[in-house]
Amino acid sequence: MSKSQIVDEAAPFVRGAEKVLAEPKRSGHASRPPGEKSLAASPGTWFVWAGIGAFFIFLFGIISSVLVDSFGKPWFRTWLPENFTLSWYQSAWDKFDMTHIIGVTLIVGFSVVVISVLIGVPASYVLARSNFPLKRLVMVLFLLPILIPPITFGIPLATVMYNFGLGRTLIAVILVNLVPSVPFVIITMTPFIEQINPSIENAARMCGANMRQVFVRVLAPLLVPGILAAGILVLVRTVGMFELTFLVSGPSSDTLVVAIYRAMTSAGGSEARQLVSAMGVVYTVMMLVILVIALRFINPTQLVAQVKESRDE
Amino acid sequence: MSTATRRERGAASSASLRHRMAERGVDRKLLMLLPAILFALVLFVYPFTYGIGLTFQPLQGTVDKWGGGIFANYVAFFGDSFIFDSIWITMRLALPAALFNVIVSVPIAFKLRRKFRGKRFLSTMLVLPITLGTVLTAQGLLIFAGRQGWLNRFLIQSGIISDPLQLVNNYLGVTFTLVISGFPFAYLLISSYLSGIDPSLDAAAKTLGANWKQRFMRVTLPLLAPGLATTFILTFVLAFSVFPSARLVGDPLGTTRVMALMAYRSFAEQIDYSMASTIAVMMGVIELIVIAIVLLGRSFLYKGSTGGKG
Repeated sequence: MSKSQIVDEAAPFVRGAEKVLAEPKRSGHASRPPGEKSLAASPGTWFVWAGIGAFFIFLFGIISSVLVDSFGKPWFRTWLPENFTLSWYQSAWDKFDMTHIIGVTLIVGFSVVVISVLIGVPASYVLARSNFPLKRLVMVLFLLPILIPPITFGIPLATVMYNFGLGRTLIAVILVNLVPSVPFVIITMTPFIEQINPSIENAARMCGANMRQVFVRVLAPLLVPGILAAGILVLVRTVGMFELTFLVSGPSSDTLVVAIYRAMTSAGGSEARQLVSAMGVVYTVMMLVILVIALRFINPTQLVAQVKESRDE
Repeated sequence: MSTATRRERGAASSASLRHRMAERGVDRKLLMLLPAILFALVLFVYPFTYGIGLTFQPLQGTVDKWGGGIFANYVAFFGDSFIFDSIWITMRLALPAALFNVIVSVPIAFKLRRKFRGKRFLSTMLVLPITLGTVLTAQGLLIFAGRQGWLNRFLIQSGIISDPLQLVNNYLGVTFTLVISGFPFAYLLISSYLSGIDPSLDAAAKTLGANWKQRFMRVTLPLLAPGLATTFILTFVLAFSVFPSARLVGDPLGTTRVMALMAYRSFAEQIDYSMASTIAVMMGVIELIVIAIVLLGRSFLYKGSTGGKG
């Protein structure tokens, strides 16, 4: 036992791994005193890191292919393009009026965030704090738009929009995107409000605050992290939302994703691949900016559960 | 006992209606719910019922071709194998992809739940594909895994294969995009469920002499299983409604002719709103059936507290 331990500790990482592979019978825990860790990784660990590695190879392959492609001229049978150029961005701006498309995307994104927070947060407060008849029915009503595929309610919704003459307008795009966003805010904010101690509100009421003051002075500061997190997630979802926007938008109200899709599939042969890549890079940069700003304020997992740190570390 | 309750109720009835309603939870606070409910009624319930009504108003052409009066759209849906087959095509894509995402996420979430250097960085990287979106993933995959892409080029030059692999414009390409967009989501959910399980349960099993296999199978997995079912449902929903990637990296006339694509074809290309609504509604029905089956299975699982959530 002591010999193997010495070897384990002295051996470099890879040799340790070979040992485990060579002697799979010996379990990692039995041969060591408790609390000490093997230097060699178990096969399970190798599997996990291999999986993550493969995933990241694909991920970075995809991102950097698009990036290189958008700067390349021409790029066919080589590892890298022969020349690098900015002309694809120039022509993307000339051909598609990117400033307008980005502006539309941001207007849609931020309006959806503001409206869905304004509608959703009061509703989730009621759902978190009080019981009332038909509460389960109301919950189902808010859960359905998230569970049902976007196309399923998107097509009837788009039909209604066209009937009302709202088709291809900015208002229709915003309204359609609100349908999954408001329930999303409600579903994520309800547990967040539940974990705020109700005695804080009761204390405020007892001290003579009215409902409005309780909301503005007591609840709002406590809710800010949750609202920010939910708002950022809604923004990311809305900017990335393809199906619903695609069904109702027209040339003047296309968001960036839809514009990219249309460029990829436009009738009479799609646009040059590099042009689409350039638009894709603009999209990624926009998303990254949102994400970087978001991660400065929030931790994306904080909404899902209160994490209890593992004790055995 | 029963007389006491009756007397209480009798006493309450002398209070004002407002007071009695408030005791049952109906008070002015509920007004805050009103905008959300109105919104859901106007933008979700009304269009949806309108759409369902529309499915019973088939175009004359559909009636002439398939018969069945007001049910002509449904007759066409089940009778036209071009449309009906898309159910299996969608299932064949969505079920394996969702299962794969959930099953692979479990060991990874398990390994990564400990603290280690760069954990936050790794989590951030795993969130990244969520922001990429399906359209961009499709474009990247077309370039990266295409015949001239880096992946095939590397495999050929390192001598592993001699001919480029056909990885895009088929079933495989769509599966890749489903994994790339679905896996991070499944991982985030499962790791948060995992962190909701009290580690002292695992420690207790350890003191009783259970090895890791027993601890996983007997302690952690039963506690995690309901979370796995929920994660499966949510990833399945994402994969089931796949639409842009099926068109862009798939084989939209063959192996990836999914239901969403068929619904869109009726909607935009054939301008047959009633048939489009029929396919869309059937899509929702089929998805809800799968969800109901999973939820039914889930109801047999452990439902109590997992001890870790605050």
